[in-house]
Amino acid sequence: MNPNSILEVKDLHAWFGSIEVVKGISMVALEHTVTAMIGPSGCGKSTFIRCLNRLHEESPGARATGQVLLENRDIYEKKVDPVSIRRRVGMVFQKPNPFPSMSIFDNVVAGLRLAGVRRSSTLKEIVEHSLQAAALWDEVKDKLHALGTSLSGGQQQRLCIARALAVEPKVLLMDEPTSALDPISTGKIEELLTELRKKVTVIIVTHNMQQAARISDQTAFFLSGELIEFGETSQVFTAPKKEQTERYITGRFG
Amino acid sequence: MFSFSPRPKSRKETHLGDFIFASLLRLISLGLALMLVVIAFFLLRGAFASVSRFEWSFITDSTWDPVQEVFGSAPVLFGTLVSSSIAVLIAAPLSIGIAVFLNELAPPKIGKAIGFLIEMLAAIPSVVYGLWGIFVLAPWLRTTVEPFLSKNLGWIPLFTGPYYGVGMLAAGLILSIMIIPTIFTISREIFKTIPTTQREAALALGATRWEMIKISVLKSSKSGIGGAVILGLGRALGETMAVTMVIGNRSEINLSLLAPAQTMASVIANEYAEATSDIHLSALIEIGFLLFIVTFLINAFARIFILRESRR
Repeated sequence: MNPNSILEVKDLHAWFGSIEVVKGISMVALEHTVTAMIGPSGCGKSTFIRCLNRLHEESPGARATGQVLLENRDIYEKKVDPVSIRRRVGMVFQKPNPFPSMSIFDNVVAGLRLAGVRRSSTLKEIVEHSLQAAALWDEVKDKLHALGTSLSGGQQQRLCIARALAVEPKVLLMDEPTSALDPISTGKIEELLTELRKKVTVIIVTHNMQQAARISDQTAFFLSGELIEFGETSQVFTAPKKEQTERYITGRFG
Repeated sequence: MFSFSPRPKSRKETHLGDFIFASLLRLISLGLALMLVVIAFFLLRGAFASVSRFEWSFITDSTWDPVQEVFGSAPVLFGTLVSSSIAVLIAAPLSIGIAVFLNELAPPKIGKAIGFLIEMLAAIPSVVYGLWGIFVLAPWLRTTVEPFLSKNLGWIPLFTGPYYGVGMLAAGLILSIMIIPTIFTISREIFKTIPTTQREAALALGATRWEMIKISVLKSSKSGIGGAVILGLGRALGETMAVTMVIGNRSEINLSLLAPAQTMASVIANEYAEATSDIHLSALIEIGFLLFIVTFLINAFARIFILRESRR
């Protein structure tokens, strides 16, 4: 096993009711890398990453089997509390979802407060730190007590990134984080990702293949719940091993 | 090449049928809005004799004596306020709790089934609640609950004095059951408007189920829940039949919840048919007018609250 592996997935299956949407996926993510998940809509890539923080099982009728080793410990082991996993594996969603009743400040520290951090000097420090890491600090430092929802869509998404980073997760899952944003906001978040990988391992679902090619180290290509190809991004995009991958990245289906 | 759509027809060119139909509807909706004003006007006109004779003492005086023709509505204002407050204090936490449970925790099928049954509580006629109150609730209070309260908590003014089963407590309890569907249904509708992504945002940060409910559900529906409670209060204030049947109908201010009391609605229902003097009738109509104004304001207020929330 690779010593730098932080997340290792072994034979992961996921269901919605009786429909199997993830069909036995195995893959490894290395520390401080960005892994992109590409594939057509409904191929199971979103469900797959929602299994990595045990969020999938929160949907009605949903379940998952298999192993997901986070720093060599299986998060699907019986005695593991999913709540503790979600503190170590952060998530950013497709649509920005700051808490509407909370200020920018309170949004960023929401996770810390849940974890029981109360000291206001600590909270202040982490807010500045996280907002800087999410490249939002300069835009909001003078209005930390304005509502999170008063920001623009792109800013809201960076606020959500700051919120996820504030609890210092090992892994950050991103489910099409730029699909609801304009190109400029998208650019900012992509830029941010190259910085983020120094701190955290990123697994990102994207519909945008140029984006995957620009920002990721590895790329995984999903089709109908199966992992068709997984490798170095440059290899997947320039010399795909599978015909289906080639057809997808050249835009001939999906 | 561009193609231009023909100039839209002006209103005058529309079909005659459409015109008649639209005018008719406009007339009906205006008429209904006007009805509110007309009702207020006639109530005020009927109450005129009482208003000019008793002035402010009508609200502050606590003597209600049809024989002496002295009418002070303080006892019935008090009765309405207290019985409705008991109802809200019991029903609000219960209804909100049930709404949270059925919407956030229970399996969807069970949530739907129980939710439906609770909504059906609103369909039971008020007089049936009253019958149940007289034959089940009041005897149970008289033989079980009130002796206990009187014995153990009798030193608190709220539970002193003789008990009869019927009285303020019985009215408050029956009202609380009657307003549960109102508060429950509106709270649940508000919870339903909260997007799943809000709940997932909390869960993904490491919130437990209860923390998620607090952060994503309750915190962001505060004003809507407030509106639901006020709407429940509005319903309790005006509820007549069931209250009249179980409150004991005595127009006195008594701090004890075990004592019989009277509400604005119940005094009208009780005395309207027997009001022989003009001033008695006028006093009852003035109470009706006050009740109308209060419930109107409360309902308007509540709806503004709820509207703000549902614009998410």
